Amino acid sequence: MRFSESWLREWVNPCIDTQTLADQLSMAGLEVDALAPAAAAFTGVVVGLVLEAAPHPNAGKLHVCTVDLGQAAPLTIVCGAANIAAGMRVPVATIGAVMPGDFKVKLAKLRGVESFGMICSASELGLVETSSGILPLPVDAPVGADFRAWLGLDDACIEVDLTPDRGDCLSIAGLAWEVAAINDCPLTPVVVEPVAPASDDRFPVSLEAPEHCPRYACRIIRGIDRAALTPLWMRERLRRGGIRAISPVVDVTNYVLLELGQPMHGFDLSRLDGQIRVRLAVPRERLHLLNGETIELRPDTLVIADAVRPVALAGIMGGAGSAVESETRDILLESAFFVPAGISGKARSYGLHTDSSHRFERGVDPGLQVRALERATRLLVVIVGGEPGPVVDITAADHLPRRSPLTLRTARCAQILGLELPPETIAGILKRLGMDLVPVTGGWQVTPPSGRFDLVHEVDLIADVGRIHGYDRIPVSHASSAAATRARPEAAFDLDRARLALVDRGFQEVITYSFVSPELQARIEPEVKGLALANPISAELSVMRPSLWPGLLHTARYNQVRQQERVRIFETGLRFRPGPEGLSQETAIGGLVIGPLDPEQWGTPARPVDFFALKADVEALLALSGDLPGFSFVSAEHPALHPGQSARIDYAGRPVGRLGMLHPALAADLDLTGDAFLFELEPAALTTGVLPRFTPISRYPAIRRDLAIVVDESVAYADIAGCIRAGAGDLLRELVLFDVYAGGNIGVGRISLAFGLILQVSSQTLTDEVVDEAVGRVLARLESDFGARLRD
Amino acid sequence: MPEESGLGIDLLREAALASIAAAPDLAVLNQVRVRYLGKVGDLTLLLKQLGGLPKEKRPAAGQLINVAKDVVAQAIEARKSVLEQAALAARLAAGRLDVTLPGRGSRAGGLHPVTRTLRRIERLFADAGFAVAEGPEVETAYHNFEALNIPEHHPARAMHDTFYFDADLLLRTQTSPVQIRVMTEQAPPLKIIAPGRVYRCDSDLTHTPMFHQVEGLLVDEQVSFADLKGVLYDFLTNFFERDLKLRFRPSYFPFTEPSAEVDIACVMCGGAGCRVCKQTGWLEVLGCGMVYPEVFRNVRIDPDLYLGYAFGIGVERLAMLRYGIDDIRLYFENDLRFLRQFAGI
Repeated sequence: MRFSESWLREWVNPCIDTQTLADQLSMAGLEVDALAPAAAAFTGVVVGLVLEAAPHPNAGKLHVCTVDLGQAAPLTIVCGAANIAAGMRVPVATIGAVMPGDFKVKLAKLRGVESFGMICSASELGLVETSSGILPLPVDAPVGADFRAWLGLDDACIEVDLTPDRGDCLSIAGLAWEVAAINDCPLTPVVVEPVAPASDDRFPVSLEAPEHCPRYACRIIRGIDRAALTPLWMRERLRRGGIRAISPVVDVTNYVLLELGQPMHGFDLSRLDGQIRVRLAVPRERLHLLNGETIELRPDTLVIADAVRPVALAGIMGGAGSAVESETRDILLESAFFVPAGISGKARSYGLHTDSSHRFERGVDPGLQVRALERATRLLVVIVGGEPGPVVDITAADHLPRRSPLTLRTARCAQILGLELPPETIAGILKRLGMDLVPVTGGWQVTPPSGRFDLVHEVDLIADVGRIHGYDRIPVSHASSAAATRARPEAAFDLDRARLALVDRGFQEVITYSFVSPELQARIEPEVKGLALANPISAELSVMRPSLWPGLLHTARYNQVRQQERVRIFETGLRFRPGPEGLSQETAIGGLVIGPLDPEQWGTPARPVDFFALKADVEALLALSGDLPGFSFVSAEHPALHPGQSARIDYAGRPVGRLGMLHPALAADLDLTGDAFLFELEPAALTTGVLPRFTPISRYPAIRRDLAIVVDESVAYADIAGCIRAGAGDLLRELVLFDVYAGGNIGVGRISLAFGLILQVSSQTLTDEVVDEAVGRVLARLESDFGARLRD
Repeated sequence: MPEESGLGIDLLREAALASIAAAPDLAVLNQVRVRYLGKVGDLTLLLKQLGGLPKEKRPAAGQLINVAKDVVAQAIEARKSVLEQAALAARLAAGRLDVTLPGRGSRAGGLHPVTRTLRRIERLFADAGFAVAEGPEVETAYHNFEALNIPEHHPARAMHDTFYFDADLLLRTQTSPVQIRVMTEQAPPLKIIAPGRVYRCDSDLTHTPMFHQVEGLLVDEQVSFADLKGVLYDFLTNFFERDLKLRFRPSYFPFTEPSAEVDIACVMCGGAGCRVCKQTGWLEVLGCGMVYPEVFRNVRIDPDLYLGYAFGIGVERLAMLRYGIDDIRLYFENDLRFLRQFAGI
């Protein structure tokens, strides 16, 4: 809502400057979005009367004008506009005038004729973007007067960004109430006196959907002056309100819209057939709208129809077939009330949004229709003349919004605001806002004004009290909170800790969009179809990610092309996996590494990252569960991973994650340089519930025995380690793998593993016999299970 | 020899002392020690030969030999000490490093600035006793809108640019549905914050289709707007680590009343007006209000028994102000050169 400050000040005029007024509005919840002067800066422009406009002797398109500026003698001014004529009153920039854009008017010689000034168009004065011809001024414009002062151009255009609950403030009237209430100063609303009918000409109206339209007022005006123009003062107010002037009938309805908040519509009476029917649309009915579009109406849509066809989309836009045009002589003025619930969303559903629908959706005062109709009639009769008929006011009272009084308790007001206000302060604020108060014990019965659709609950009144009294006058309370600890499961997985663990291991956290490219997703997990958005921003961001890998791969690529050779990134966040029991939304933690393992440095040769480097990072995360040995890595293929470097991570017999090298074919498709390694874990699965359990430290020394064995290369380390543990039994405190070797004299297809067995018990010093026996058991098992032999 | 023993001992002692003084290192010194004081060393042997002397001469000769031995032994210790000092000094000299060379090994990474900010917010509210609650991001229209008093076709809903999957399923546009879930599942008193991702179908210079909010909710028997002002005042001053000027500007949210937008005096210009605050001197940082009675009814909490406040904080916005980030799109481009600037916690 944009409006002229001076117009508002005709209604309510507190002794505060423009900026203070704007701040007040903002702090009352009517946020001022923009504050701009009503006209660009200029000086030295006066009202002139063109006494004579003769063709220029040397130029076909110019006129040499004699202009009376109220001075002793008229001046000669050369003018190039086509619409210049003797008798016109016009704005004249005199010699020395400074025009918008800091352009100074000087004495000029045009094709041999001296010109003592410049006759101005509206665009030259900065009033509009473009205009054709001179701005004609009304006949009562005082010759010689300062144009700027005469038109009140030292005014501000204030734009308020209203929240959807304050439809009542979409007018000068509504804003004036607020300003009067804030400043506790008098309000002088525009006086609306009924216009006596000059005929008994009524147009029949039937309310066929009273639940959507319980009140329809209208009035015939016959014989309007087709040549009449909208007066400049009205055009100016419309302009300062951001509305373009079109024709007197449209301009008057728009003026009343801005002034009182009532959307109105004018029909060409001659193009209406018989009657007005306010009814729901019939399926497949079509309406050609004022904006040139033709829409097919749905039966949930209220229309204004005549006897044969719809003529307007009720409360939204008129039809082209019944619009007031330059030939129109007789009009029907409509001023109706449409129920917000019935009209909400309708304009949007047809791709429309109008000043009218904006107001009806938020609620127009149901008591305003006849007043607005009288106001518009008065303005029209003055501007275009004509004979008004009587006001037709058809009301289905049962369907009008009912205002039942609300109870407001003084104590509740203090409780919610945290501020005790004297009852007279509360009552004063509410009365200034136009509410009707009846005192009851401990408070009041409050009836809000009919236009305040937002006041439906006691707390809404309390909010108004707080708002007008001033939120800044509500104290800041530092209530101490109750001292209480909360349950904090110690063995629960801490995502924050996991993030920090990765950061400490050199990973950079990233946050990628939760929606990804379906093509990339299909390359990663063809069998998982991601949940698709109905209205994505783009095809690239159109399915919910079933894993974090698409985002990580995209990020790796993004950084590689920006000369970032070493990428170590991770992300945590929900992944969205459709399943038989519906969509599962669970937190995942995933990472990607590519490039050198360590940052480039001296004294350490550069080494590319590999499977086992990332595995150590993953193991560090798993160790946070307190039960690292409970997790197992199982060789298992995955469509996105190298088949020979792909592991599934299991815990308690359930898969909880993945780790592996990006499939080289996929890496090539993504233009990634170097081997990329990826992991993803379900943090939920890391909540093992395992707490530390103390065991006493042995007082006896440990004994280490090293074994280098040779086995077939197909045997998994995990199986050998399991075998050693089983063979050594309770004596084994720790098992270290310190070398893996293939080649040389080991033999083709064979591999050597070197283990350190650290043996210790808590009851005694181990003897060589006991240790030898245990090692012998281990070797025997290794031989029988895997054909292992000691390395020579 | 016994007669000459005094002179012989003197010669031996002097020879030993000369060898000691000449020993260039500990190994040679040890050889000297063995030669004179070892089991078959010259002085040791002299002592053993005492038996060959007449009985009356033995004590005097023995004393002479022992004195010489002590002198030699002391000289060896002294020389040893000198040589050890020299060896240590040589080792230290050889072990000298350029301590200004960079350290070797891995380097720590960093958290995303949004996570960094979220952690800070969570910790500040944890100090005030707020527990973290979470909810789904693919959410029902009921939880995201209806239960929050935003019926279909409400003008407030049109302002939300929602991503839909179907008529009922959407990406949450705010963290407020977590309020509904918590109030449905738990009985008051409640004191939670709900951080998380939210989504709006909007992408331009100043909007990303995904961003983060922290919802706060407190429900108890005695809660006032003054308490809400207090908790947010404390939070914002502690977050920015400075005494901030704040204003609570009346606003509208369908699920709170009274409602307010909270502005802080611009942290860039101190309120004088700049590009960041669009010359207003104020920055809008969060929305808040008292829980609307209809919302309580929707979750079967008696609005006559309980009151509550709620607030919603825009995380990217706070991080932008705190760290001077001037383009919201940077957050999700994940350029490492951007992200690395926020390492260090």
